[in-house]
Amino acid sequence: MGTTQTFPLKQETDIVVIRQQVRKVAEQARLGLVSQTKIVTAASEIARNALIYGGGGEARLTGTQRDGRSAVHLVIIDHGAGIEDLDKAMVDGYTSGNGLGLGLSGARRLVDDFSIRSAPGEGTTVELWKWR
Amino acid sequence: MSSSVLTDLLQKHEAAILQDWVAAQRQAGIRADLIDEQTVQANSRDLLRVFITAASQGTADLDAEYWKPVKALLQRLSQTQSRQGFSPSETATFVFSLKEVLFSYAQRHTDQPLVCIGEISRLIDKLGLYSFESFVSTRETVIREQQESMLELSTPVVELWQGILAIPLIGSLDSNRTQIVMEALLQKIVETESDIAIIDITGVPTVDTMVAQHLLKTVTAAKLMGAKCIISGIRPQIAATIVHLGVELGDVVTKSSLADAFRLALREQDVRLVANKPR
Amino acid sequence: MVDRIPILKMGRYLLLSIQVDMHDQLALDLQEDLTQQIVKHRAKGVLIDISSLEIVDSFIGRMLAHIANVSQILDAKVIVVGMQPAVAITLVELGLSLEGIATALNVEKGMRWLERNVDEDLSLECERGDDPDLSAEAGD
Repeated sequence: MGTTQTFPLKQETDIVVIRQQVRKVAEQARLGLVSQTKIVTAASEIARNALIYGGGGEARLTGTQRDGRSAVHLVIIDHGAGIEDLDKAMVDGYTSGNGLGLGLSGARRLVDDFSIRSAPGEGTTVELWKWR
Repeated sequence: MSSSVLTDLLQKHEAAILQDWVAAQRQAGIRADLIDEQTVQANSRDLLRVFITAASQGTADLDAEYWKPVKALLQRLSQTQSRQGFSPSETATFVFSLKEVLFSYAQRHTDQPLVCIGEISRLIDKLGLYSFESFVSTRETVIREQQESMLELSTPVVELWQGILAIPLIGSLDSNRTQIVMEALLQKIVETESDIAIIDITGVPTVDTMVAQHLLKTVTAAKLMGAKCIISGIRPQIAATIVHLGVELGDVVTKSSLADAFRLALREQDVRLVANKPR
Repeated sequence: MVDRIPILKMGRYLLLSIQVDMHDQLALDLQEDLTQQIVKHRAKGVLIDISSLEIVDSFIGRMLAHIANVSQILDAKVIVVGMQPAVAITLVELGLSLEGIATALNVEKGMRWLERNVDEDLSLECERGDDPDLSAEAGD
């Protein structure tokens, strides 16, 4: 409990590794099956965004506590071009690439707490929380 | 300075203190139905030992590393007692009964009883509060667990016919309850390989936007799994609310009564009911 | 890691069961393989079993939608079977409802659906074949 693991996010197969690790930590935190699936799916969306639009980065995963409940905390960081208009990027259907535009907005709905920091030229950091 | 006096006192009289403490607990009343004297003896001995070890390293800061064993033990004992059904005061008595015992030893065996008593009082009070907090937080966890299992029990998913499930929802729905029962419904669909599930909300007094949306999400999720949902028993007020809230029902099938929904479900399953005798 | 998802031919149908955590390239390869196999075997139906899939994210969702669209153009019906409840709930929350993709609870029910729907289409074709106007058109 409480130790943070860091995983590289440089190629597509890293997304699979991150999904599997998030699942493992979510199981250890005794999250329900639906909650597990939600955080793993959110991790997959955000990691793919960071890889495709942000050119890759890393994921930091922690099994921890939040308000007395066991929780999964995931931070995904990229060092890409950053997002110019965060509000616009968070809207369903908005995409700068050829995706469905559900990545950010959809992932936010899947987790209990979501925060994103980004500025043009400074990359993007997305923080995800899911608790019991 | 005073802490060394206290430590001396504790170390010198450990065995006697233990005996008196257990006696004090016995006098306060031991729940013979929940715990036996041997366990009380063992718990007291263990706690006194870690307490003395910690106190010898300092009594100023209970957050210090060396007080951790004491807290861990107290937490474990309080948790167990909380789950076993001890009352809060019975749990608190365990720690507080040590206070008077130590007072009397301080009075008889030290030359500065007042200083010593002050210190004992401060220490025991803090530990007492700590064990009380552990007790309450365990109680809260127990209540939450019970609530969750109550929710599942209170809404059984029943099989009406081969391939047809029904879930009669009764009482007010909040989004937490809706979520739990809906997950149970989808799970049951898989287990029973049912093609149709009827969600009957005849017994539901009101539906808010969140609940309506949960219901709709369930219908969509069931569709993704390859099953169909029918919502039945929508009261006039609820129908009005749904329209008023602007919730899109989309292509969700609704029926006014469970009977109508069941009839539709039977038809979809190619089942025809024929009367035994012509009337 | 697995580098191909096997596609089985069974009569007029193609069957595939996704049992590994797919990375994106694997999904893209599958999409392409399947298209080629449909054409090669003149398949009339495709059954995709995802009962072992622990998640479906927007990428895999998009792959399924793409397969369904392409197959439709190639005149093959597609049915996705066995989606787990947790996966379905998550997909809905994510905002994907996979409109237009047929689904069934398990492989058995999926096969039955294919039998029913593919047969209907064939009988239609037969009737049309008997129609002199249409056959004249086809001869042009």
